[in-house]
Amino acid sequence: MNERSEPIVANLLTGFLGAGKTSLLNRLLSRPALADTAVLINEFGSVGLDHLLVESVDDDIVLLKSGCICCTIRTDLKAAILSLFDRMRRGEIRRFSRLVIETTGLADPAPILATLSVDPMLKFHFRLGNVITVVDVPNGIHNIESFPESARQVAVADRIVISKADLAGPRELQALQDRLARMNPAAETVVLDETSYPAETLLLDTIHDLGARPAEVARWIAAEALEGEGHGHDHDVNQHGNIRALVIEADEPISWPRFALWLSMLIHRHGREILRLKGLIAIEGAETPVVIQGVQHLIHKPVHLDAWPDAARRTRIVIIGSGLDRELMQRSFDAFNLKRQPALSA
Amino acid sequence: MCGLCGVLSHADHWTIGPAGLRDAGAGRPEADRHLQAFVANETLSLFGLKLESWGGRFVLRGRTGKTAVIDNLGTMWVEAERLLGRPCDPLDPAILAKLEAC
Repeated sequence: MNERSEPIVANLLTGFLGAGKTSLLNRLLSRPALADTAVLINEFGSVGLDHLLVESVDDDIVLLKSGCICCTIRTDLKAAILSLFDRMRRGEIRRFSRLVIETTGLADPAPILATLSVDPMLKFHFRLGNVITVVDVPNGIHNIESFPESARQVAVADRIVISKADLAGPRELQALQDRLARMNPAAETVVLDETSYPAETLLLDTIHDLGARPAEVARWIAAEALEGEGHGHDHDVNQHGNIRALVIEADEPISWPRFALWLSMLIHRHGREILRLKGLIAIEGAETPVVIQGVQHLIHKPVHLDAWPDAARRTRIVIIGSGLDRELMQRSFDAFNLKRQPALSA
Repeated sequence: MCGLCGVLSHADHWTIGPAGLRDAGAGRPEADRHLQAFVANETLSLFGLKLESWGGRFVLRGRTGKTAVIDNLGTMWVEAERLLGRPCDPLDPAILAKLEAC
């Protein structure tokens, strides 16, 4: 039986139709280090073809048959995950320490993440790993510009796998990389062709691991620098091209209760537009920063870092969203958090 | 229980901050709630609302005497808007101007 002290890591694998999710999964699961991985596949439509391609984990696969995970079957998702867990506990399937949920190409990942993060039973046995989004070079930009689901899948990703790089030219690859960097500069990006094998660290190193956290934060800081160079000022007026990253900054430490009040109010009213949020917060009276992460209305439990990741001991929050005004966001942050009497004097 | 986040108790909610921060600060749930209410009232007063720590939870009061019991700040804005009958928007320039004038 899986002990409570070692929750199973639940990763989300998403990407638009035909991007290569199952191909990636198949190659990942061939790695010995990932042998203890169970898979949930969401089939869309009457015939679920994808599961036929995942060869090595037959007994550990559960197919969700009711359609798209994100909109109609969140209870099915919960039931399927718990069913898998119960089968493992009864010894009907082999033990697994990792779960991969492959969404349909049309799924918005945010509600799935919310289901995993807030359901008390799921939280007890599972913890969130990475959101891995597959984007293929031949169709990636077209899909992002044409389908809101595709753009949102990119926006919430922790890892972006650029697939089918050998099926297009270097110019197309560069154009896609530039677009992805504007939309989600905080995500690690991996380029694959049809013959290369992805690193198992895609699943083994998760953004919530204490050991991986300094590297993650370093990536966010790099994203902040990228935004500062102007890459975040995307004036693309395509219907879904307005997803962009912006950075909110503050030099002086802030009060945690005031920050929590501001952020709770912000995500309550603008959670739909804020697709992803990652930040280092300098807190009054604390020597080291607090890390905050969120997806839409969902904010993960904040954690303290042991040390600042760089010399700049200041608050930096990367927000990826649509229709957000950076200057207004910064003004709001300042008004709620800065130039006020210290809250600790209350 | 929080309808939005499924949290069963105040102690689980992200708004109270990481454990290390609480250890370094007030450290007691009652003191945490008192501080949260104090800070929240700086903003809620702009809307004519008041938050009080009450028995491990909070009570949100409107000007007309309407009240709502809440578990954490995550659910507070739903109730605040219900009591007010209008949105509480942190990007509203009118609210920002009031805060900046404080």
